[in-house]
Amino acid sequence: MAKFICFMIIVILAPLLFEGGYIMNVLVFAGINTMLAIALNLLLGYAGQISLGHAGFFGIGAYLSGIMTTVFNLNPWFVISAASVATGLFAFLLGFPVLKLKGHYLAMATLGLGIIIYIIFNETIDYTGGPSGLSGIPQLSVGSFVFDSDIRNYYLVWGVTVVIMLLALNLSESRVGRALRAIHDSEIAARVVGINTRLLKVQIFAVSAMISSVAGSLYAHSVTFISPASFGFNFSVELLTMVVIGGLGSIYGSFLGALLLTLLPEFLRGANDYDIVIYGALLMLMLMFMPGGLARGIPELLNRFKNSLKGSGNA
Amino acid sequence: MKAKKNYIIFLFAALLFSGEAFASQKIRIGALFAVTGPAAFLGEPERNTAQMVIDEINRNGGIRGQQFELVAYDTAGDATKAVNLATKLVKDDKVVAIIGPSTTGESMAVIPVAEREKIPLISCSAGIKITDPAKKWVFKTAQNDTLAVEKIYSQLKKQKQTKVSILTVSDGFGASGREQLKAQAAKFGITIVSDDTYGPKDTDMTSQLTRIRGVKPDALICWGTNPGPALVAKNARQLGIKTPIYMSHGVSSKKFIELAGDAAEGIRLPSGKVIVADQLPSNDPQKKSLLAFVKDYQKHYRAEGDHFGGHAWDAVMLIKGAVERGATTPEGIRDQLEQTRQFHGIGGTFTYSQQDHAGLGRDAFILVEIRNRDWVIIR
Repeated sequence: MAKFICFMIIVILAPLLFEGGYIMNVLVFAGINTMLAIALNLLLGYAGQISLGHAGFFGIGAYLSGIMTTVFNLNPWFVISAASVATGLFAFLLGFPVLKLKGHYLAMATLGLGIIIYIIFNETIDYTGGPSGLSGIPQLSVGSFVFDSDIRNYYLVWGVTVVIMLLALNLSESRVGRALRAIHDSEIAARVVGINTRLLKVQIFAVSAMISSVAGSLYAHSVTFISPASFGFNFSVELLTMVVIGGLGSIYGSFLGALLLTLLPEFLRGANDYDIVIYGALLMLMLMFMPGGLARGIPELLNRFKNSLKGSGNA
Repeated sequence: MKAKKNYIIFLFAALLFSGEAFASQKIRIGALFAVTGPAAFLGEPERNTAQMVIDEINRNGGIRGQQFELVAYDTAGDATKAVNLATKLVKDDKVVAIIGPSTTGESMAVIPVAEREKIPLISCSAGIKITDPAKKWVFKTAQNDTLAVEKIYSQLKKQKQTKVSILTVSDGFGASGREQLKAQAAKFGITIVSDDTYGPKDTDMTSQLTRIRGVKPDALICWGTNPGPALVAKNARQLGIKTPIYMSHGVSSKKFIELAGDAAEGIRLPSGKVIVADQLPSNDPQKKSLLAFVKDYQKHYRAEGDHFGGHAWDAVMLIKGAVERGATTPEGIRDQLEQTRQFHGIGGTFTYSQQDHAGLGRDAFILVEIRNRDWVIIR
């Protein structure tokens, strides 16, 4: 609970520090990435099922929102929920054959899935605009209040992120969450104690896809332009990195991971051509010294620091 | 101990304010180029050129006593990053205009930012959607694909070659070219007898070319950027295809001739005039700009200046022109850009108007043929 209050205070007060600067714009994307990292963490961190195709679900949400609102002039809010349900259903049906696979094979299958979705975005030019993208997506609005500035988009995106976070936290502490962790540790043992592992894996896959779709819709409406390049394999890997760096099986970890990976490149911008090298080195160091991710690594570090303070006090 | 603390606080304060302190009376111009990533072949010459031109302006005492400063960021060809960085340029760096981005996708993503923040944007990418319809704050220097297609089609019409096959790459450049090739065919009395695409990373085009050989076209038009078209040229030669091959302006650099080798002989393509600057007649209005650019680029970077760098050259010069005419604010620069008349740049002769923010006419392109590993103008 204390953690959640802390998190809420940071989210609500951050704009006071950064209002007017471009960091606000970056934080909007950080919110979207947090949603995606949480979605992937439910699947990877809790149920132990890898997916290298999550950028695809993210893209489906974005493109459904983009196409339905520009070509068919449907209500954006309606489209966001409908797109989320449709993506969930798609993932649910797909989950049965795909999640039968394990380990490397599952990674390969989801990788293929992501690439297929990417190719569809690229080649169905009549609907998606193909590689040159889809522009003119309307901004979201409630009545006459339009989400047209960074600060408004910030509260919109983070509002949704907080709700998703609460849902994910509740889910992880519930019977379902425990069942998922059981699958993670040993699928056979989980089956033995009466968990319908096959159905549960598919369900969590669908939930994860639904959250990704919502994130995609929000991305489309806040940037107002989408192109396939944003939903490719590279982004799937980036999401995976966020989850692993943040800490597998920790919802707050996903928040930290997404925040770090979104903001780090901005802070390293000053290093000019060396930013990529420093970025890579930092990620390697973090994985070497905090194999459990930021969520476990930071408290550990603080403890060690406290102990060393005590030690020097005694001496 | 306390002194040390104060010292640290001072250091932080210095760090915080150092950014502000350097921002003197310089006119800051922002730039977004894809210097790394798949579009680096565009972004690198663009950044090099922009920096070179701005340094030169400053060495000559600036414009009306004011120095320019270039704030350039690398977008890596990523649309999300481009949006972030455009916002950074506007909010943190307080630039008066933005040059770039390099690709059409990024440009389309950045346009809403420029319109919202009221900052003139001079895109260096070719997509026709960028300035059609004209948007208040958005200009561009790269030639429209429309012009390149017109150039090829009018030549084919002259030679009474009316059956063409098209082979386009499935990325933004190819998709836009394919659209224009199909849209304008009827106007020139041309029929497209086959329409194939290839992936940007494909390493063999034999299957598409075999199909094209089957339909016996009068000419083959291939639309893509390196290295794909070079493979098309090589594969066509291997298959013994004698059909005349036309390429797009996407390969108008020496790199293409290097990649395709002997297979490049006889291939024709529309191109900006920069690759044949020294062959131009001396009454060509662009000749002076072109020679200056080519010479400068050779001197600074020991490489051949290409038309991608030229887009950035034009963009900086257009802003320079606007500032010379007295503009210093984003609003003023935008208005002055729209007043640009008969500016002889690298990409062509620019004349902007309220309806036309692309500014180039059909004379922006010439048709060249590759002979003996060099370009020859076809008149």
